[in-house]
Amino acid sequence: MKGTLSTTAIGIRRASRWILQDCGIDLFQGSVLAVVGPNGSGKSTLLRCMAGIWPATEGRVTLEGRDMRDIPRSHVARSLAYVPQEAKLEFEFTVREIVAMGRYAHRGRFNRETEEDRQAAEDALVRADIAHLADRFVTQLSGGERQRVLIARSLATRSRILLLDEPTASLDVEHSLDVLQLCRSLADEGRAVAIATHDLNGACRFADRVALLDAGRLVGVGSPASVLTPSNIERAFHVRSEVVSSVNGVPFLVFHQLVNDSSLSQFLGGS
Amino acid sequence: MNAESLGPEVSSISSAAPPIAAAKAGLRRPSPEGRSQFRFRRTAFLLIVTPILFTAAVAAIVAGSTHVDWGVALHVIGAKVFPFWIGHEGIEKADDVIIWLIRTPRVIVAGLVGAGLAIAGALMQGLFRNPLAESNTVGVGSGAVLGAMIVFSTGLAAKSAIALPIAAFIGALLALITVYALATRGGVTPVSMLLLTGIALSALLISISSLLLTLSVANWEVAEEMIFWMSGGLDKRTWTHVWICAPFILFAFVASLYYARDLDLMSQGEDTASALGVEVESTKRAIIVISALITGSAIAVAGAVGFVGLVVPHIVRLFVGPSHRSLLPSSAVAGAAFVIICDLLARTIHPPTEIRLGVITAAFGAPFFLFLLVRKYRELDV
Repeated sequence: MKGTLSTTAIGIRRASRWILQDCGIDLFQGSVLAVVGPNGSGKSTLLRCMAGIWPATEGRVTLEGRDMRDIPRSHVARSLAYVPQEAKLEFEFTVREIVAMGRYAHRGRFNRETEEDRQAAEDALVRADIAHLADRFVTQLSGGERQRVLIARSLATRSRILLLDEPTASLDVEHSLDVLQLCRSLADEGRAVAIATHDLNGACRFADRVALLDAGRLVGVGSPASVLTPSNIERAFHVRSEVVSSVNGVPFLVFHQLVNDSSLSQFLGGS
Repeated sequence: MNAESLGPEVSSISSAAPPIAAAKAGLRRPSPEGRSQFRFRRTAFLLIVTPILFTAAVAAIVAGSTHVDWGVALHVIGAKVFPFWIGHEGIEKADDVIIWLIRTPRVIVAGLVGAGLAIAGALMQGLFRNPLAESNTVGVGSGAVLGAMIVFSTGLAAKSAIALPIAAFIGALLALITVYALATRGGVTPVSMLLLTGIALSALLISISSLLLTLSVANWEVAEEMIFWMSGGLDKRTWTHVWICAPFILFAFVASLYYARDLDLMSQGEDTASALGVEVESTKRAIIVISALITGSAIAVAGAVGFVGLVVPHIVRLFVGPSHRSLLPSSAVAGAAFVIICDLLARTIHPPTEIRLGVITAAFGAPFFLFLLVRKYRELDV
């Protein structure tokens, strides 16, 4: 079954190097997909490609069955929102102005902000829990607060597909959980959500499906329990893992370095 | 395809808040009256700077080696602009020549050049996400000067008035494309790489311009014209110069307003702009061409006038904020006022000698540039 957003055997080559190869992923409405993998495995590249920002060198990305390359960017932006890993906020825009930019594709070039635009921005500020920061300059915010501004901007688009690149990387525990819960709620409301993350336990808890990447190739896509197996984790992350408990079918993973006790003793003894 | 066509639930799902955020929202709702902090300051800025622009323009027309009463100046201009309403009686021939043929075109060229360079600077700063960028920083100015130098040295400038702005424009465009191509790897253009490449190419282009100047010294008239362009100045500007630069700069100003909203998004990174619906590559090319068009036209009629594009948008941004819909027109007004005042000072500080316009703008601009650098370092705690 094809998803709302699909990639078919996509590959991306940059500077004579393949960053991503032969990736086929479907994103379905009403579900959260967690894209996991070690540093440099191609998670961000995959999300950029799914968002149509980086064109695929081979393969194709389809949105509602149409090739992404045939759809104007403004139309894509009304259907799909993307939250980058890093905020490039050099100029003193206010938080409200940044969030309102999520409505860019919905407004004509010279049209004034409509009541619907204003309401969408206000709702987004509340949902991302930054309403109290609305009139602050983004340059004055912490990394975590900036991240939530970007999430609010994506919510203001009111698009039905959300792609978030490591949205919890610079957040504290409270806001990290809030964002993951928000993603879950958005999916439950009918949206398709994809999150690139390093938090494997968060992926197990909040995602319906997990895509595991290693060195630009897909190791597996499926339910967290079927993909995040000890063998797959060892192959991708070079660590040992074990499930220490499982509440309501949600596995909880504990990781160990891939150095056995005897070799560690040998190393310590040798020194 | 649009959001509505994808399904009716899109608008309904967006208004419902999830439990955690909703619980906090009760405590943290935005104030309904809370709007942009810059709204009042935008209006105040234009209300202050626009009268300064007109006052400076009138002062620049009446002041000089021959003082002309401002009432006479307004009468001359009125009689020329509205010949059917305001009579020409009582205007002396000398006043008519000084006001209408010498000073008015000079002031208009100064205003156009100032407005243009300030807009070009704002465009470059938005595109490169760097408040310290300007068209000269990335080699455009040096390219335009070299284009002008080639036209002078080949004798084309003497044959056709339009050859100079076209050559300056092509030089500006080629320089910017070269810098951009050299600084881009794998579709990514780091700002630091762009600026370093711009500085290196600028040095190369300036050296070629200097070589052409050296080779032209035997023909002093040509060499004198070249020196004029390289140091920037507005002496002997006529209505021809107004018509040479006005269409390009006015067209580019309108075109830049067309891209104002795109620039707001581009200033936050190309990925963000693309994700929010901007056609990044075509927008980037358009902004680069607009900037080169303005810079080429301005340098064609005024020579290399430095620091306007750097200093003016930066100061204006402090007052009106970074939104390009406000920044571009405000920079145009402030840039025009700045160059008219600088040109007035250039003419009147040390009469009868005229100081080059580029010297005056640099005298204001360079210290301010250093101030910006020091402030930036302090912010970074270096």
